[in-house]
Amino acid sequence: MTVHTDFPAILLDPGLWQIVALSLQVSLSAVFLAMTIGLPLGAVLAVGRFPGRGAIVVVLNALMGLPPVVVGLAVYLLLSRAGPLGELGLLFTPGAMIFAQTLLILPIAAALCRQAVEDGWREYEEQLRSLGVHGLPAALTVLWDIRFSLVTAVLAGLGRASAEVGAVMIVGGNIDGVTRVMTTAIALETSKGDLPLALGLGVVLIAVVLALNTAAHLVRDAAQRRFG
Amino acid sequence: MLRLQDVSFGSILAPLSLEIVPGPSTVILGANGAGKSVLMRLMHGLLAPTTGRVTWSGGGRQAMVFQRPVMLRRSALANVLYALKHAGIRNGEEQAMAALKEVGLAHVALRPARVLSGGEQQRLALARAWALHPEVLFLDEPTASLDPSATREIENVIRAFDAAGTKIVMATHNLGQARRLGDEVIYLHQGRLVERAPVEEFFARPRTAEAAAFIKGELPWA
Repeated sequence: MTVHTDFPAILLDPGLWQIVALSLQVSLSAVFLAMTIGLPLGAVLAVGRFPGRGAIVVVLNALMGLPPVVVGLAVYLLLSRAGPLGELGLLFTPGAMIFAQTLLILPIAAALCRQAVEDGWREYEEQLRSLGVHGLPAALTVLWDIRFSLVTAVLAGLGRASAEVGAVMIVGGNIDGVTRVMTTAIALETSKGDLPLALGLGVVLIAVVLALNTAAHLVRDAAQRRFG
Repeated sequence: MLRLQDVSFGSILAPLSLEIVPGPSTVILGANGAGKSVLMRLMHGLLAPTTGRVTWSGGGRQAMVFQRPVMLRRSALANVLYALKHAGIRNGEEQAMAALKEVGLAHVALRPARVLSGGEQQRLALARAWALHPEVLFLDEPTASLDPSATREIENVIRAFDAAGTKIVMATHNLGQARRLGDEVIYLHQGRLVERAPVEEFFARPRTAEAAAFIKGELPWA
């Protein structure tokens, strides 16, 4: 990205939009992966009754506050040349960033989903048991039925992913044109002293998050009117 | 076909033994908190008794319709198909449509179930049960939250179940409904089975003071 000093001008810079696109690609991929794993996990936790369930719920809730730098460090160790997953050659690629953010969002997806399914389960349990539906099929039925409420979990995950800088900085390396995303760019420009550019990037980041939230809200609203 | 031996449930239901046989419609009567819902849930297997045994020797299915219907967020037809699928019946479209027709909901088959009115949702719950051709149908105050015209429609469907040979076991505190739909009455008072008698006899000559007081007290609202 070329050096600018005034905010409106950076909006015309293709380099900026490349950064925005990569940010969205990384965060949305991580959200998708975390939801794919986390939602069924949360649903099973909500419906299942097994020893250790309470402990898992507590740990899951605690992990929602996992520090991104710690996750970044752990993933860095996993993916570094000498690490167990070093052969994948993922370190300092967008793939590593997606990996780290997926780990960050997974507890949020699972914990919020567990809460939502548990609330739904209270309403559905007797009816489903009367129809002879138990266990995993029952959990998945409730999960699918409360799908619009899960938008909250998706947004919370997306908010976490798009806002964090620690994990993507460590495993991505903030390489210009390769792994530079909005948050790492802001951190870099701030330390370089280009405050207007950093601020401009910040405004773009907030606008993108706001747009995604608005879209999610509209989808949820329309769906709820349609399906009750 | 359904036998309860010394069945109790915590402090809610004192030990009782009774047999539910095919044929006559059984109405479980009692005030709120008398234990009607718990008794039905014990019979249906949704609750495990604290003591005693519930044995079901019927070969067919049981179905239950609750006071407030729980509909899945999908079409009315899909709600019936869901029940059929989990009863092991694939490709049940025809059966499901026939059930919807039976309760007068064929015209809203493709509408989302949750946007139907309360009465329609309760009829849909009955259609879901109808499609399963249950041997016994438990109804827990099925019209308690409905207006009179919706109540009439529900009662008509219950009569159709009865005519089709399904054993009806219904909890209600509505004496008029008990008279309209019941053949025999099981009267519960504070968690105890107080009286069991044919409907006409129960209302004309209650054998216990509790039952007499209940009939007297409830009649104005029947």
